[in-house]
Amino acid sequence: MTSRTAIPSSTRPPAASASTEGSVNPLFEYLLRLGDDRLVLGHRLSEWCGHGPALEEDIALANVALDLIGQASHFLRLAGTVEGRGRDEDALAYLRDAIDYRNVKLVELPNGDFGRTIVRSFLFDAWSALSLEKLVHSSHAELAGIAAKAHKEARYHVRHSGEWVIRLGDGTDESHRRTQNALDDLWPYIGELFASDEVDKAHANGIAPDPPSLEPAWREVVSDVISRATLTLPLDGYMHSGARQGRHTEHLGHLLAEMQILARSHPGAKW
Amino acid sequence: MNATDAQAAALLEVLHGVPDPEVPALDIVELGIVRKVERRPDGVVVVEVTPTYSGCPAMRTIEEEIVVALRANGYERVELRTVYSPAWTTDWLSDEAKAKLKAYGIAPPEPAVAEQILVPLTATIRRAACPYCGSSNTERRSEFGSTACKAIHYCHHCRQPFEEFKAL
Repeated sequence: MTSRTAIPSSTRPPAASASTEGSVNPLFEYLLRLGDDRLVLGHRLSEWCGHGPALEEDIALANVALDLIGQASHFLRLAGTVEGRGRDEDALAYLRDAIDYRNVKLVELPNGDFGRTIVRSFLFDAWSALSLEKLVHSSHAELAGIAAKAHKEARYHVRHSGEWVIRLGDGTDESHRRTQNALDDLWPYIGELFASDEVDKAHANGIAPDPPSLEPAWREVVSDVISRATLTLPLDGYMHSGARQGRHTEHLGHLLAEMQILARSHPGAKW
Repeated sequence: MNATDAQAAALLEVLHGVPDPEVPALDIVELGIVRKVERRPDGVVVVEVTPTYSGCPAMRTIEEEIVVALRANGYERVELRTVYSPAWTTDWLSDEAKAKLKAYGIAPPEPAVAEQILVPLTATIRRAACPYCGSSNTERRSEFGSTACKAIHYCHHCRQPFEEFKAL
């Protein structure tokens, strides 16, 4: 043991999370939130590939997954640049553990049936389209540019998921019942979309919108679609919290295990 | 035309020789993926590219092909830059490019108009003209197709499914 050489501090790998070192870089944290929401939902939607209820829907969900993972890669690349410690989008996606992920719980929940997947996507897509619409005007030029592209995609994502909510809700008794159940079950997860903490408050100078400011417009869009779908808007009760600070459901670890195993088993592999 | 302009035109001409891997009827300049190309005084050719869709899987191939095409024409040192702003739009496609798409069997994009409401009624969707027979008695089957940039339609007149390069 005496022959073992201590690793000089300069070559030690960077700490896993910015939050574990006491000094949080708010822009880095915020970019992780933007990236992780999309990476995790993109991965969940990609699980539908080959399992869609119809060929068109299989293709649609895979297309949306691709857009979301693409958006995530742009946000995470920028996060790595902002952090300035040499981590690129792949390092951030594949080499962080669940506790360092910053996505909301809503997107990490298992897919359930097609109706549940669609309701979850709709709740997220409407929020995403509205928040990206604001981010287009961010004072951070590169963030604004990535958001402008993502915003165009989010608009047709919400059109797709919203139309399906209407079709399923206003469909058969069976589809109505399942969609309503999904809506009721997922409702306690919407609180995280609009919660604000010190990371958000650090962006008051025009970098990013304050999450609570998005809620009125979101509720308007969602209640309109819910009523056209003949569904009932759930009452606000208990709301989950904590995932933006790394406290996730048990589902995220399983998702990451599948997503990360190749990159972790073969570090640096290229093809 | 001064020397700088002539050089830029020559570089652009080389890049016109790079077809899009997924829609080979168009090249990457026609598609609006190449935003700017110039040769710096130190001899490095700088190419600015913008992604069509955030997750376009062809982007890496396109970047590799840009480097290959430029090297084949004697430009050894190439620097690629990704620019996001302004965001890519199908409105950048020229009439000539749209005609090429149609001849290739893909309905060209309409002008991109943002819907006012986020979830409009499905019934308001306009009908794309069939690239084969020209009929507008068509129906959109899905806003998602074989690639991120295409939607699937069906023509009731010639009974043929077809793809549309969707407006973005």
